[in-house]
Amino acid sequence: MLEIKGLKVDLEDEDKSILKGVDLTVPAGEVHAIMGPNGSGKSTMSYVLSGKDGYTVTGGTATLNGVDLLAMEPEERAAAGLFLAFQYPVEIPGVGNMTFLRTAVNAQRKARGEEELSAGDFLKEVRAKAKDLKIDAEMLKRPVNVGFSGGEKKRNEILQMAMLEPKMCILDETDSGLDVDAMKLVADGVNALRSEGRSFLVITHYQRLLDHIKPDVVHIMSNGRIIKSGGPELALEVEHNGYTDLLAEDA
Amino acid sequence: MAVLDVDVKEGVDQETVDAVAQLSGAYKYGWNDDEIEMDYAPKGLNTDIVELISGKNEEPRWMTDWRLSAYERWTGMSVPNWAMLKLADIDFQDLYYYARPKSMEVKPKSLDEVDPKLLETYKKLGIPLSEQAILAGVEGAVPDEGRKVAVDAVFDSVSVGTTFQKELAKAGVIFCSISEAIREHPELVKKYLGTVVPPTDNFYATLNSAVFSDGSFVYIPPGVRCPMELSTYFRINAENTGQFERTLIIADKGSYVSYLEGCTAPKRDVAQLHAAVVEIIIEEDAEVKYSTVQNWYPGDAEGRGGIYNFVTKRADCRGDRAKIMWTQVETGSAVTWKYPSCILRGDDSQGEFYSIAIANNMQQADTGTKMIHLGKRTKSRIVSKGISAGKAQNTYRGLVSMHPKAKESRNYTQCDSLLIGSECGAHTVPYIEVKNNSSRVEHEATTSKVDDEQLFYCRSRGMDEEEAVALVVNGFCKEVLQALPMEFAMEAQALVAISLEGSVG
Repeated sequence: MLEIKGLKVDLEDEDKSILKGVDLTVPAGEVHAIMGPNGSGKSTMSYVLSGKDGYTVTGGTATLNGVDLLAMEPEERAAAGLFLAFQYPVEIPGVGNMTFLRTAVNAQRKARGEEELSAGDFLKEVRAKAKDLKIDAEMLKRPVNVGFSGGEKKRNEILQMAMLEPKMCILDETDSGLDVDAMKLVADGVNALRSEGRSFLVITHYQRLLDHIKPDVVHIMSNGRIIKSGGPELALEVEHNGYTDLLAEDA
Repeated sequence: MAVLDVDVKEGVDQETVDAVAQLSGAYKYGWNDDEIEMDYAPKGLNTDIVELISGKNEEPRWMTDWRLSAYERWTGMSVPNWAMLKLADIDFQDLYYYARPKSMEVKPKSLDEVDPKLLETYKKLGIPLSEQAILAGVEGAVPDEGRKVAVDAVFDSVSVGTTFQKELAKAGVIFCSISEAIREHPELVKKYLGTVVPPTDNFYATLNSAVFSDGSFVYIPPGVRCPMELSTYFRINAENTGQFERTLIIADKGSYVSYLEGCTAPKRDVAQLHAAVVEIIIEEDAEVKYSTVQNWYPGDAEGRGGIYNFVTKRADCRGDRAKIMWTQVETGSAVTWKYPSCILRGDDSQGEFYSIAIANNMQQADTGTKMIHLGKRTKSRIVSKGISAGKAQNTYRGLVSMHPKAKESRNYTQCDSLLIGSECGAHTVPYIEVKNNSSRVEHEATTSKVDDEQLFYCRSRGMDEEEAVALVVNGFCKEVLQALPMEFAMEAQALVAISLEGSVG
């Protein structure tokens, strides 16, 4: 599914290297978690993969099902099946949440040469999926993320993910700022989407999210590289001992 | 019910995006109908031309004299230069003041006899065939049932036909060209013409008073709610022609009407002049909604050509509890100079002004409103959304005036500017005069830029850059778009997107 080889990335405005050769493969149907201390490059990787401005790729490749991700515009990556659940979802005043969703769904369908969803079909689908995430009609009507609580914003990201049905989902610290109940809702939403043809890359600081979303593989990222990979037990190790031992090991 | 409401609104928004996708490319209405045979008056302006225009419209002598006195006045006036607009001097003697499609001279018997180029024009404007016949003046043509908008089309200087006249007449509503009104309803025209915008008002209004060749006339009798939306479609076609239409709307006691105005013009390298006057009289307990979607040709990216739009629009809430609502979407014109105003004379009368002004490339817009509070407990509300892109300059200029007798009156003004790119400008010039101590005036203003984070968020969900900008800008304009009638709202949303094409990236 997702294959990253030797990915090196600098900040565009400053002479600063963030990713220093990341190697990572997420096979179809698997859930991989990335943990790591602040500033290790986790969020940068998610932005670079989804095509945000401000970064320069100086080396390496990233492909989605064999297609070169880095050569595409952000919207082309989305249509190819990549989805990033933002750590800080953006507010868009005046644009109804439903309008936003429908515009996005149909833009992707159009880009893939598929027929657009009719208003009726779209509505049925969005209502059903919103219900699972405890998103009410009022929240669908409000402007995108404006005045949403932290939990509402994250649930809204998962609703977008459910509607867009991506192949590769990246969750950037989706658990940050969530209470236990909200985290459970989000995790249930993600688990409901797990399938053979869909992979997840879950970026998090804490083991507790991984109690709800069971990963197949856990990677530890530090200083712009993956320094260790292992099973779910690796996350528990971090939870108990912190990163210090792992970092020392790597050094 | 709330759920249903969502369905409709969301549907509209989607259609916008669809329309935008289809309308990729430049100015959609930029065809010109060169082959339509036109009948011109000689270039330039003098008393003979004024007489000629009056004569062509078979006007009574009082009307001709009214025009001539306006012309006399105009010769002593000079071009106003207080607006934030830079433009070359206009040679008023180098313009045609009268142009008329030749096929209008003799009434055709059927569509077959109508100049096919004229019909093609209507087709491009999306006017149904049966209405094309009426607009083309075919004898005995009848409108389709079921459509709810009556249309008056003004093609260059001449009103080429009005639809649904009979049905409107049943309700007692008069909707016809102003030249017809001068002939058929002189008592109404005499009573109201020039009473809101006097012939001496300003340079362009005075010019219009002298040379207006046509426009629309509406009279809604007391207590009547106009059974359908009324609409006028203006188009400038002939080269070097000024268009000077004059609209007069009278809403008698307790009546209601919603009026729509649309405008397009072909692409020309040379700037064209448009100087219209709209007068609205609103009597006791009556209400008028006036909506404009102005999409005149804005000139090319280097600022060649386009319409110079100098318009005087004013509504007079004469009676108590009279209500006026102006809604405008200004996307076109090289230069816009326009301040639809409300005179709140009657006690408890209300004025509202909702505006979207978009200026891209080299466009210049200086627009806003005046709220003149004269009566007690009068209320006004101003919501202005200015969007600047490219190298455009966009100015909001508005006056709120509370007179000594306008006790306990209120105004709320919200004025938001959105900038796209780093070479454009947004300016806000509010004038506030309060001459009593029981009134309240509020003014809020914001300026913001289209945010890269917002655009990336949209794009990461699959929208391309132009779709993303259109979505964000339509969101910015939402309050105003919601004030428009449904059919117009869709057109306006699409226009917002089209006007901003090429403004990012």
